[in-house]
Amino acid sequence: MAKSTQTGLFEKALVKQAIKQSFIKLNPMVMIKNPVMFTVEIGTLVMFLVTGYILFSGDTAQGSFTYNLVVFLLLLITLLFANFAEAIAEARGKAQAESLRKTREETPARQVSLSGEIKTVSSSQLKKGDMFIVEAGEIIPTDGEIIEGLASIDESAITGESAPVIREAGGDHSSVTGGTKVLSDKIKVMVTTHPGESFLDKMIALVEGASRQKTPNEVALTILLAGFSLVFLLVTVTLKPFADYAQTPITIAALISLFVCLIPTTIGGLLSAIGIAGMDRALRANVIAKSGKAVETAGDIDVLLLDKTGTITIGNRKATHFFPTDGVDSTGFARKALVSSLADETPEGKSIVELARSQKVEVRQVDASRWRMIKFTAETRTSGIDLPDGTRLRKGSVDAIRKLVECAGNQVSDRTLTKVEEIASNGGTPLVLSENEKVLGVIQLEDIIKTGITERFERLRRMGVKTVMVTGDNPLTAKYIAEKAGVDDFIAQATPEDKLQYIRKEQGEGKLVAMMGDGTNDAPALAQADVGVAMNSGTQAAKEAGNMVDLDNDPTKLIEVVEIGKQLLITRGTLTTFSIANDVAKFFAIIPALFIASIPGLQSLNIMRLESPESAILSAVIFNAIIIPLLIPLALRGVAYKPIGAGALLTRNLLIYGLGGVIVPFIGIKIIDLIVGLFV
Amino acid sequence: MFQEILGIIAIFLLAVVLAIPLGKYIVKVFKNEKTWSDFIAPLEGFIFRISTIDPTEPMDWKQNMKAMLVLNGVFFVWAMLLLLTQGIHPFWNPDNIAAMEPTQAFNTAVSFTTNTNLQHYSGEASASYLTQLLVFCFLQFVSAGTGIAALALLFQGLLLKQSTTLGNFYNLFLKSCTRILLPISVVIAIILLTNGMPATFKGAEQVITLQGDTVSIARGPVAPMVTIKQLGTNGGGYFGSNSTHPFENPNYLTNMVENFAIILIPIALVFAFGFYIHRPRLGYAFFCVMTLLFLLFVGISVSQEMGGNPMLAKMGIDITAGNMEGKEVRFGTAASSMWGVSTTSTSNGSVNSMHDSHMPLSGGVFILDMMINAIYGGVGVGLINFFVFVVIGVFISGLMVGRTPELLGKKIEAKEIKIAALIAILHPMLILVGTALSSHLAAGNGGEVGYGGSAQWLNNPSFHGFSEMLYEFTSSSANNGSGFEGLGDNTPFWNIACGVVMLMGRFLPIIGPLAIIGSLAAKKSVPQSAGTLQLDSYAFSAVLLSVIIIIAALSFFPALALGPLAEYFMI
Repeated sequence: MAKSTQTGLFEKALVKQAIKQSFIKLNPMVMIKNPVMFTVEIGTLVMFLVTGYILFSGDTAQGSFTYNLVVFLLLLITLLFANFAEAIAEARGKAQAESLRKTREETPARQVSLSGEIKTVSSSQLKKGDMFIVEAGEIIPTDGEIIEGLASIDESAITGESAPVIREAGGDHSSVTGGTKVLSDKIKVMVTTHPGESFLDKMIALVEGASRQKTPNEVALTILLAGFSLVFLLVTVTLKPFADYAQTPITIAALISLFVCLIPTTIGGLLSAIGIAGMDRALRANVIAKSGKAVETAGDIDVLLLDKTGTITIGNRKATHFFPTDGVDSTGFARKALVSSLADETPEGKSIVELARSQKVEVRQVDASRWRMIKFTAETRTSGIDLPDGTRLRKGSVDAIRKLVECAGNQVSDRTLTKVEEIASNGGTPLVLSENEKVLGVIQLEDIIKTGITERFERLRRMGVKTVMVTGDNPLTAKYIAEKAGVDDFIAQATPEDKLQYIRKEQGEGKLVAMMGDGTNDAPALAQADVGVAMNSGTQAAKEAGNMVDLDNDPTKLIEVVEIGKQLLITRGTLTTFSIANDVAKFFAIIPALFIASIPGLQSLNIMRLESPESAILSAVIFNAIIIPLLIPLALRGVAYKPIGAGALLTRNLLIYGLGGVIVPFIGIKIIDLIVGLFV
Repeated sequence: MFQEILGIIAIFLLAVVLAIPLGKYIVKVFKNEKTWSDFIAPLEGFIFRISTIDPTEPMDWKQNMKAMLVLNGVFFVWAMLLLLTQGIHPFWNPDNIAAMEPTQAFNTAVSFTTNTNLQHYSGEASASYLTQLLVFCFLQFVSAGTGIAALALLFQGLLLKQSTTLGNFYNLFLKSCTRILLPISVVIAIILLTNGMPATFKGAEQVITLQGDTVSIARGPVAPMVTIKQLGTNGGGYFGSNSTHPFENPNYLTNMVENFAIILIPIALVFAFGFYIHRPRLGYAFFCVMTLLFLLFVGISVSQEMGGNPMLAKMGIDITAGNMEGKEVRFGTAASSMWGVSTTSTSNGSVNSMHDSHMPLSGGVFILDMMINAIYGGVGVGLINFFVFVVIGVFISGLMVGRTPELLGKKIEAKEIKIAALIAILHPMLILVGTALSSHLAAGNGGEVGYGGSAQWLNNPSFHGFSEMLYEFTSSSANNGSGFEGLGDNTPFWNIACGVVMLMGRFLPIIGPLAIIGSLAAKKSVPQSAGTLQLDSYAFSAVLLSVIIIIAALSFFPALALGPLAEYFMI
């Protein structure tokens, strides 16, 4: 997979931009979208007023001016840290989008009017339905579909892949992307999107955070966090009358500190950063998701539909074995096979030549003009060559050759037939070779399963994802390949309707289905699937129907998308756990500090042996603030996903983030207290 | 001492062992399968006919909740009516007891309708035999039946796929009373009767003591009431001093039987959950999570009580018998601690010792137990409360394994989380706001502020008085009904405040989870895969435990620190 340039986590320019944004985001109208941090902002405002009151009145019933000022500043810093987390995630997304946008800079376009006139306009002036022509060496001005011609195109600007691709009118590879370069030939293209509405434009808006919608799980988590905040608001507010009853005056600063420490500010501050970073990670994998929801849903996928060709097997079938019949020597057979395919441009033909050459078989240079190529026709269902000496070499399926041979009064030997059956039952395709209507032997064609794909399916299985291979092959061949590649199920002789049916059936059982496709006839299935990934090389219809577009046209990309989706949820879950687990230590820091004067016995709860009540409260607030920037790298990169089964994964994350979340703040607060103790 | 420990182990083991077959039987009753108790069917049919209810009509969750509220509304009005008029009832009032004061009647009617059975009155002085039987005894049956029926709806909802209807509340309610509560009550009542518990309609006995004084000894139909107060996790005693009274709990054996009756059905319902949804392991897993906390609490309480009061030891008093203040000599410390944890775990609320006189940590454990309110819990409602923790636990752990959280195949989404969060907040809110209000009033009362203050209802100022107020509201919100006592709680403030808290603490935590169930039942079921989290795993049990501890302990930590903990550290 071609990755675009990696942006460092904290690049100078991005940090600068993010710091500026951190202040802009203090606007309450923006803040209110995040209920947890909004309550912190209210607390900060109250502290500001208290500090101001002390400054002007000199009344120190609420503690010294400096102490209150420090608390106010710490709360402000907490807010800024949370804003910074979101801003840096957005800045990184923007930077990523910017590199994409560079390809969208104004390019001249040669527009073709209906009457055929050609005039040069700017790319931004092109509207949906307009037509333009592009020639070798020119940049394609905007997204469109080829309506005339064929061209090789360098798409490295958006995919990072240097090998040029072929795009042609009609068929499933007719779509071109703005910003890519035509290397050869000339094509006529029809614009398919309105200016500013191409996929890249939409994606840029999405990663920039401007049009980011909260995903369903994020909404639910926000509600739960708001619930926690509400409980702790009650705890703090009711503490005031409790303390009055116990004749212990509690300062506003202490109450607000307690509240801010208890509510889940860590996850509250990082929540949107995690969401944006998830989209960003998808983009780094060269996948354009139309919404954050699509990425999140990918993590829930139960069933994955994959095309056999190109995904599970390498392109087309290849010749793997020659089986000469009785009385034919193997070198002779290989030479005949080679000769029969010399002029055959099909992938199968080329692979026969390759196999023969690998067996050190060569033919003398001949005058090819005297050979007569026999192309495959639907009528004869064979292909081959007529040599100048009158030799007729033919290859084709057993049925076709049999017909040919038996018409000439010859027989197909039982040995040949047995071989043919044997090959077919092993998932191969037998090709029978004949010379002058006599059978010479059988060529075995096989699907070559991609290296490493079996491991990837195993990984998916451990994630709980069922893999389904979709192929046009007959059930026997399909079954063989499915078993060899390690997929769980297959759809043989698949029509687009079959795919749609299969998806509906699985969805009927409550499962979530993902599929990849590129053709127009895939569009209904792509739309029906919960996650439909269209290849960028695919047709416009396919891209419209899916909810993600893969710029690399790599069918195994779905696996990465699934992992990105899971990572997104895991990062949120673990940081929530961590955030709440932190409260234990904070309670032990603050509660004894609040009541030290009136209830000395409660000092026994001060198990960290913190210096003084003020330093205990300040240490807790400082810890609460600095944990946010410390966790930004984790939020942006995401917590690693390991396919070790749900139970094991939960145990692992519970130990690291749950137990860790209880222990870390005890140590952190103690260290901060030692440092604060030097100053107070 | 060893015997004392053995006694409480026997109670617990007996309850667990018998709860398994009982759980299986309960499932049969809920599923309308054939059981030995089918001979009661004609009686049930008769009741449905005269009340023109079709017990087979399927109802959605809203209709079911409406049925529950209407039925309970009728019970409340019935109770109010009888309490306010008991002075003029023509019979079953041999001691000529007068009508109840209105706020006290309100508190009492709410208290018994909500299965709380908080008693701001003393039965022998304030209730006629008629009200004891037709209000208190009757409501202790039907309020327990309400809880069990609500839980049955929840069970059914977990099994359903894409269905809007859950079952019929009326049918489940009546069967819970006739098939579950009634048969067990008969057996227990007979054991109690043969051990000397009175059951009579004769008025108080005038006795001339050895000293020559004339003493009036209250009695009445005690045995039937005591039986259902324990079985239905009600706790409403016949006498003011509840099961410390020799007539309500004559000897060590009756104490064992009553304590056994307190935890039997709550435990059986946890097992029934597993059997009902065809995942017995899950029922056992939930039982283990609850039991871990239960045994921890019993352990703390027993060791505190058996250890005795060090303050007395400093004064040179022998404390080898443990902390015997407020306890019955015939039961001892261990059995009192076991009972205390049992009664606060299950929202029962009957007492066999004065919780006020327990050691601070032991008393603190009782309060914490009611704050959690889901360790076995009240009949039906305990597991419903636990379900809220399960929903939150499933959500957090679902995220942690990278899959949209699902509970038994149903996706937990924003709507369910919203309801679960609100219900989880409700209990801390009722307790904290209530206690804050009373603390505020106590602090400001009589011009004196603080622990030395003299709020009229506070007999014990300082931390202990705070614990008493905290206990009262916790007990009300948890529908427990026991009191720390020592609190002068028969005042309009406590009667009305506790009444409101009891109502909210009873019905909202039933309606909320049932709304979740209604929404889950309507969803498609997601099939299991390797990515699905197993709820009966150790990891999930750990999550559940953490959720319970975090929600309960974290939200109540400051309150507990100011009450029981402060007192503990003072000793």
